[in-house]
Amino acid sequence: MIVADRKPIEEIIEEVKGYKHILVLGCNECVTVCEAGGKKEVGVLASALRMHAMNEGREVQIDEHTLERQCDHEYLEEIRDRIDQYDAVVSLACGVGVQFMAEKYHSTPIYPGVNTTFLGATEERGLWTERCQACGSCILARTGGICPIARCAKRLLNGPCGGSSSGRCEINKDVDCAWHLIIERLKALGKLEDYEELSPLKDWSKDRAGGPRKVVREDVQL
Amino acid sequence: MRLKYPTDIRIVRVPCTGKVDVLHMLRAFEKGADGVYVVGCLEGDCHYNSGNLRARKRVEQVQKILDTIGIGGERAQMYNLSSGEGPLFAKYATEMHERILEMGPNPIKARRQQAA
Amino acid sequence: MNVKTPSRLEKVLAAGHLAVTSECGPPRGSDPQVIEEKANLIKDYVDAVNITDNQTSVTRMCSLAACIRLKQMGLDPVLQMVTRDRNRIALQSDILGAASFDIHNILCLSGDHQSFGDNPQGQNVHDIDSMQLIQTVRRMRDEGKFLGGDDIKRPPQMFVGAAANPFADPFEIRVPRLAKKVKAGAEFIQTQCIYNIDKFEEWMKGVRDRGLHEKVYILAGMTPMKSVGMAKYMKNRVPGMDVPDEIIKRLSGVPKDKQADEGIQICIEHIQRLKEVEGVAGFHIMAIEWEQKVPEIVKGAGLYPRPDVA
Repeated sequence: MIVADRKPIEEIIEEVKGYKHILVLGCNECVTVCEAGGKKEVGVLASALRMHAMNEGREVQIDEHTLERQCDHEYLEEIRDRIDQYDAVVSLACGVGVQFMAEKYHSTPIYPGVNTTFLGATEERGLWTERCQACGSCILARTGGICPIARCAKRLLNGPCGGSSSGRCEINKDVDCAWHLIIERLKALGKLEDYEELSPLKDWSKDRAGGPRKVVREDVQL
Repeated sequence: MRLKYPTDIRIVRVPCTGKVDVLHMLRAFEKGADGVYVVGCLEGDCHYNSGNLRARKRVEQVQKILDTIGIGGERAQMYNLSSGEGPLFAKYATEMHERILEMGPNPIKARRQQAA
Repeated sequence: MNVKTPSRLEKVLAAGHLAVTSECGPPRGSDPQVIEEKANLIKDYVDAVNITDNQTSVTRMCSLAACIRLKQMGLDPVLQMVTRDRNRIALQSDILGAASFDIHNILCLSGDHQSFGDNPQGQNVHDIDSMQLIQTVRRMRDEGKFLGGDDIKRPPQMFVGAAANPFADPFEIRVPRLAKKVKAGAEFIQTQCIYNIDKFEEWMKGVRDRGLHEKVYILAGMTPMKSVGMAKYMKNRVPGMDVPDEIIKRLSGVPKDKQADEGIQICIEHIQRLKEVEGVAGFHIMAIEWEQKVPEIVKGAGLYPRPDVA
């Protein structure tokens, strides 16, 4: 899923302090699972914004709503009939949802309420870690199912570097060395000899380097 | 035991403090409560293992938010005691009461009254 | 004698001599004298001099410019190049720039992570990795082609090196990793600083078992300890470094003002011992900000005078 983290409330307060009628808009997908932008977080942020404004003697109305998804036209349409009553929207969706909102409701100011951080997994409650960088041409078949692009600090395709120590990355002892994990996995699979295959130069044109990407599927287009 | 504790405290009973959410506490403050405290079982004695530990973390979150928005984090507190400790319950109630008297009323309440 | 480039380092190695290289870190400023002074201290005692490339991710004068200065002084520079700061366009371009000044050695590295340096908020590049840089230089030299496939007019003539850390984890892939670098096209190896001689010999045995010592020249990395403080720092703080307790004990056993001499003595003893190890083709002496001690070490280890191969 897309993992996001809550923005500090003071940062959001600063962004929206000039508005009187604000919609705090959550998303029921990834950001709900990572507890950054679901219905509950919408309630907490809205309550804090209301109390802050009231405490400063400002009269504001802050409404709460959570959509099934903010990255789909049909769900975003749900608020079309009332979007015009708002001076601004704080979207707690990931960067995709925030932008889709902005595109759809062109004349309404939209502010992000979360920092979108990575594509990752829930390792345990309250701990999310990165797994994928969406590079556009998956190499997991060659790396024991562990991605060195997402998980090696130097995204080495022929690692590990000399800084790997006791299975940990040189940048931080809390970070696993991706290549150590790859080697352990290759061993478990009985394929350690694959380690000596040189990985060719990567084609980064499928990555962000190639500019904004697009997937076109004529077979499913109407 | 006929213990006395301040009369301006309203008790909301929950099956476990693990049921108390950040949002419940914030709503109480929004409606004008001067303070909210959560009284859970002793740490290590939760029937649901970690309900009271979760509650403590949530109280801490509320404290942080209240500090950020200028209401005062001290208005939210977490206490632990066992069901047999009536005198301690009364002591904590008095302690909370005095804390609030010292801090004064929730500024939100005053603003609401001004507005009305 | 079969050599592929005009590199003096390659000639020394091909002639069967134990080679000696050292390194100079460029200054954090634009004063050319710093690099010249360091070079003058060591030039008669080594066959080639590495110039580090923004080592530990701290911004310094560029390796290429400093190499050009050494070249103009008549030395044989080894251009260190990390893949952290340049993409494949810049790497190939800098290689050609170096070749235009007849710089004949390159050491291909990935580079320390930028979080260690003075710009931890910077982006890193890592378009290709150190093994792929080795392949890139070999392709440019041997096939006379850019990565994109076009022909290079006057291809670079560079003796291609790589680093190896015999001590990093996991140990079991340390020899396979060297094999991989050799397969990529590395012709010489400069190792991480060696303090744990037993472990290094164990690695060398693995290297010999696979016949890798006949395919690549291995220069053993040596860094003299200036003090017990430095030894402790290397042991505890530098990733991938293996400093046995006996080194620390030995340095602690002498008074503070004698620790530097003891460090030099340990370094010389280590070289003496490693000279006897089959497959060790020479020594890479990294006297960090202590270049003036290189002559003493080289002489003490019986590696002076340097052979004349020109």
